[in-house]
Amino acid sequence: MSDTNQWGDIAQKGLWNNNPALVQLLGLCPLLAVSGSVVNALGLGLATMLVLTSSNMAVSLIRKTVSDAVRLPAFVMIIASLTTCIELLMQAYTYELYTILGIFIPLIVTNCAILGRADAFASKNPILPAAWDGFMMGLGFTLVLVTLGAIREIIGSGTLFANMHLLFGEVGRNWTLTLFADYPGFLVAILPPGAFIITGILIAGKNVIDKHLADKAAAQKDKPVKGSKRVRTTGKIA
Amino acid sequence: MALLRISSPHTHRALGTGSVMRTVVLATLPGLAVLTYFFGLGTLHNVLLASIAALGFEALVMKLRHRPVMFYLRDCSALVTGVLLGLALPPYCPWWLVVLGSGIAIILAKQLYGGMGFNPFNPAMVAYVVLLISFPLQMSQWAAPLDIGGQTPGVVVALEQIWLGQGIDGYTAATPLDTIKQNSTLLVSDAYLQDPVLSAGQFAGAGWEWVNIAFLAGGAFLLYRRIFTWHAPVAMLLSLSLMAFLFYDGGSSTSGGSIVFHLLSGGTMLGAFFIVTDPVSSAVSNKGRLIYGALIGVLIYIIRIWGNYPDAIAFAVLLMNFAAPFIDYYTLPRTYGHSKSQRATKKDDT
Repeated sequence: MSDTNQWGDIAQKGLWNNNPALVQLLGLCPLLAVSGSVVNALGLGLATMLVLTSSNMAVSLIRKTVSDAVRLPAFVMIIASLTTCIELLMQAYTYELYTILGIFIPLIVTNCAILGRADAFASKNPILPAAWDGFMMGLGFTLVLVTLGAIREIIGSGTLFANMHLLFGEVGRNWTLTLFADYPGFLVAILPPGAFIITGILIAGKNVIDKHLADKAAAQKDKPVKGSKRVRTTGKIA
Repeated sequence: MALLRISSPHTHRALGTGSVMRTVVLATLPGLAVLTYFFGLGTLHNVLLASIAALGFEALVMKLRHRPVMFYLRDCSALVTGVLLGLALPPYCPWWLVVLGSGIAIILAKQLYGGMGFNPFNPAMVAYVVLLISFPLQMSQWAAPLDIGGQTPGVVVALEQIWLGQGIDGYTAATPLDTIKQNSTLLVSDAYLQDPVLSAGQFAGAGWEWVNIAFLAGGAFLLYRRIFTWHAPVAMLLSLSLMAFLFYDGGSSTSGGSIVFHLLSGGTMLGAFFIVTDPVSSAVSNKGRLIYGALIGVLIYIIRIWGNYPDAIAFAVLLMNFAAPFIDYYTLPRTYGHSKSQRATKKDDT
C-alpha cells in the first residue's frame, strides 16, 4: 500500500465504510442517549473524538513495550485517564454542557469504539497513522451523532442549533433557527424511542446509498469502453 | 334428488382475512354510533379520516415495496387499524394528529416489520402510545358527554376545531377515570353525588357506560361469529374485576373505583374485544391467551390506578405484546397422540 493511499483509505474507513456508529454499531449508548439536540451531540462528539485521537496515539507509543497479556487493562487505564482530562476540561470551560451531558462524559471510557480502535488499529501501527485513524473514526462518530442530533432536534422541537452558547460562548446564543412557528413538538423524537427509530433509518439510508453505489459500479464495469474490441467481430465500436 | 356429490369439507363459509376484518369493522359500528351520540361528530370524523389515511399509507408502502396494491388493500387489515385508532383518539383532536397516527401505525408499526401478520405489536396501539407521549395536551382533551355538556358541537364548529384548530371552549370535561384518579378527599359514593360526569351516569359515568356496553355488544357478536375465542377477553375482564375487587376497599377516598366502574369506563370493552383479540400480536394457544389476557387486565388496573396516564389499555397491551412470544414458548399445547405435553423448555441433554 502506497503512502498517500493509506491515509485516504483510513479516512474513508472511518468516515464511511467502517463508521463506528453506522457500521460497527459501537458506542450506541451515548449515541442514543445524548443526541437529543445538536449542541449535546456536538459536545459529546468532540469529547469522544479528542479521547479517541489521543488514546490511539498513546497506545501506539507503548505498543512494543506492553505485552499482549496485559494490553487490555493498560489500554483501559490510558483511555480512563484521557477521559478524566477531557472531563476536567469540560468542567472548566463548558460547565453548563458538562452538567447536561452528566454521566455520559465519564462513560466515554466504556465506549467500545475507543477500545476497539486501540486494540484493532493503534496497537499494530505507528503513531501517525494511529492518530489519523483515531481522528477519522472520531470524526465519523461525531458526524453521525450531529446528524442524529439535528434530525431529532428538528422533529422533536422544531428548532436547529438551539443553546449553542453552551459550547461556543455568547456568540452562539442567537444561532437558534426556529424552523416552524407554533410547532407542537413531536416529543417522541427527543425521547429514547425516537433515537432508536431514527438511528435505524440512518443505517438503512447508508445501506441504500451503498447498494446504489455498488449497482452503479457494477453497471460501469459491464459497459463496453469506447474503442474496445468486440469479442467476435473485428470492427471497432464507434 | 341430489345427484351432485360434493366431497368434504362441507362448510361454505370461507373465513378469509378480508371477511374477518370486515366483520370486525362491522362490530365496531354500535360503539361508534354510541360514541357519536354522546360526544358528537368528532369520533366519526376521526374514524373516517384515520381509515382513509391508513389505507392511503398502506397503498403507498405497497407501491414502494412493489407489491400488488389492491390485493393488500382488499384484506382490510389497514382499514381495521384505522378504525381502531380513530375510535381510540379523543374526538375533535386536530386532523394532523389523526393522519400522523395512521402513518405511524401503518408505516412504523406494521410495514417496517414486514407487513400484515409480521407485526409484533398492535399497530393502532403503537400509534396511540406514540401520540400520547408526544402530544399529551392534545391527547388528553376529551369532549364532555351529552348528558352534562348540554349539547354536542355542530358540524361547522366541529370541522373548524379539527381542521383550523379553533378551540371549542366548554366542550371538554374530565373523564370518569380522570375524576376517580384525581379524587383524594371524597368517598366514592360522595364523588358520585357531586361530580357532574359521575352523577349523570347510571353505573359508571355519563356516556362512557353506554359506549362500553355497545362495544361489549359488538364483541359478543364477534364471539358468536367465532372470529376469536373467548379466552383472552374473558381472562382480561375477569382479572381486571379481580384487581378492582381487591383494591376497592369499600369506596374510601383513596379507592380505585368499583368493579362495574372499571368494566364500564375508559376503553375497557374496546380493548377487551377489539385490541386484545388481535390474532397477530397476541399469544396463540388457548392457555396462552388466558395468561395473556389475564396479565393485560392486571396491568390495566395497575397503570390506571398507580400510573401517570388515566387509561392504560394501550400500554398494557403493548407490554404484553412483548411477552406474547415468551408465553407461547411456555404454553405449547399437547400434540395429539403424544402422552405428555411437550414443553418448549424441555432440554434434550438433561
